[in-house]
Amino acid sequence: MKGLPRRRRTNKGRAGKQRVLVTPEGIALPVTVAGRGARVGALILDLIIIFLLMLGTSLALMQIAGGAAQIGQMAQGKGVAAQALQFLIVVWIVAMFLFRNAYFLFFELGPRGATPGKRMTGIRIAARDGGRLTAEMVIARNLLRDIEMFLPIPLIAMAGVDNGMAWLAAAGWLAIFLLFPLFNRDALRAGDVIAGSWVLERPKQKLQAAMTTSEAGSGSGAAERFQFRFEEHELAVYGEFELQALERVLREDRTDAVETVYQTIAEKIGRNDGWGTERRFLSDYYTQLRARLEAGMRMGRRKADKHAE
Amino acid sequence: MNAISNSAANAAIEIAALRSDRFRLEREADWQRLENIVVRMEKGRLRGISDEDLLALPGLYRTVASSLSIARETSLDAATLGYLETLVQRAWFVVYGPRSSLWEWLRGFLGGGWSRAVRGIGFEILIALLVMVAGTVVGWLLVSHDPEWYFALMGREMAGERVPGASAEVLRGTIFGNTEKAGMSVFAAQLFSNNAQVSILAFALGFALGIPSLLLLVHNLAGLGAMGWVYWKAGLLIDFAGWISIHGTTELFAILLSGAAGLHVGRAIAFPGNRPVLTATAEAGRRAAVVMVGVVLMLVVAALLEGFARQLVDQTPARLTVGGFMLLAWSAYFFAFRGRAGR
Repeated sequence: MKGLPRRRRTNKGRAGKQRVLVTPEGIALPVTVAGRGARVGALILDLIIIFLLMLGTSLALMQIAGGAAQIGQMAQGKGVAAQALQFLIVVWIVAMFLFRNAYFLFFELGPRGATPGKRMTGIRIAARDGGRLTAEMVIARNLLRDIEMFLPIPLIAMAGVDNGMAWLAAAGWLAIFLLFPLFNRDALRAGDVIAGSWVLERPKQKLQAAMTTSEAGSGSGAAERFQFRFEEHELAVYGEFELQALERVLREDRTDAVETVYQTIAEKIGRNDGWGTERRFLSDYYTQLRARLEAGMRMGRRKADKHAE
Repeated sequence: MNAISNSAANAAIEIAALRSDRFRLEREADWQRLENIVVRMEKGRLRGISDEDLLALPGLYRTVASSLSIARETSLDAATLGYLETLVQRAWFVVYGPRSSLWEWLRGFLGGGWSRAVRGIGFEILIALLVMVAGTVVGWLLVSHDPEWYFALMGREMAGERVPGASAEVLRGTIFGNTEKAGMSVFAAQLFSNNAQVSILAFALGFALGIPSLLLLVHNLAGLGAMGWVYWKAGLLIDFAGWISIHGTTELFAILLSGAAGLHVGRAIAFPGNRPVLTATAEAGRRAAVVMVGVVLMLVVAALLEGFARQLVDQTPARLTVGGFMLLAWSAYFFAFRGRAGR
């Protein structure tokens, strides 16, 4: 899209994370890949939540069973009490399995496409090809999560804590999987590669007032609308980039910025009749410059910035 | 929108100096309505949305998307363009988000999606099957040459009484006469949890080109072959086969599928054909994920069979019958059942 290079120039820090995604309707949408910090934060939050859920469930079941010490002896026995206890143990095993494997699935399959941790850090998952995010994708990306994070732990436990080779293998494992997102442009982890998904920032932006109505106020008719009129050659010096910079200045409406910009523009076009009413001068200039540039757009002529012909 | 704000909006449209601002003011109401719906859906309050709004959502999404296309070509209002881009993206998340009905997905899955995915990895299933057979044979041969191998393959604690040279009576005791044992349900749940974790591992290791998946298959099946040899020495091979088969046909089938699913992903990474690697991998990964959901279901069945049926059915012919029937049922479901064509 023609609009994108300018966007890159305006916020340089985020330039590396901007991508263009094409929806099935053929509309190119700019999206922002979620930062690695947000991803790690979301993961840690989710792990804490899972841990608390596991702990809570275990304690609750333990309470029902009536003390951990007796479980060992009672489960071996027969009779109604033992039966009930066995049932509780089964519930516990299944619950632990579900917390470990189904937590991410459950939340990412919902309409929000994000676990509570992701929601808190303002990110979510989406399909990389711009199509529908399917259940298969969510399942595939989460099946790999388990080995990406936890496999080294049983490995070290199995080989013994003082086994150097096991630590080496675990370090290699972490280097491949945990650091995988650091080595590709879109911060994909192995599960994302397999599923064809990626993690994006959840955008939020309010609709701001239209520029030309809030300015004109009660004025009616073209004659009263503008206090300042600008000639064709005065408008021809600037392009779209400068127009949008001016828009930002007007929307922010800070006195010092308005004065600086007024002086720059007045000097450039050689006028000095706007003293005292800088803001009005600028908004009139903005409206007329935009009208001129948009008229050009309708004719298929675009002027990217002041250097363009 | 009521009459007063309507006339106010009309007045605003007339005042607007620029054609692009008039364009915007004329369409603003639609944008705001879409934003309201999207915000409510993002907050997860699906019940608060009227049917009318829900039906209008796809239409509104397309309207706003087309507004964005037009605005990009006619308007230089950066704030409006940014807002529209954001709004279309948020609406896109909602409109193309995951289908909310898990139930519907499950029906499609059982009614053909699963068996189609299994048939889709047929080639890998063949390879995994060969590897598993080879693993069993290797385990058998190793132990028959040097019984010390048995402990390398099985581990001392796991082997328990089942050691090379154990008497036929001891071995018989390990496979029969456990009908009175307590705690079967706990045993079954443990088996399931453990096996499911192993099969997820076998699948996930496919990411490393599938080679670790194969090694895992070989290691597991070599243990089986080694045990088979021990029972064969005691003349109990058929009974051992019955003891294994009652749940083993389901469990080994599930392990076969998970290994094959891992291989499928590994093959797509190593040989993507003429598609981009990422596309090929994603396609294979999604198919393999469907297979894996099925594997977890199969392991639930296997754990029930192992935890209950194996202790309750205490005769070799009956055990073989149950095992054979399960094998036949799974094969028929995967390879003969076509389900509803397409989804």
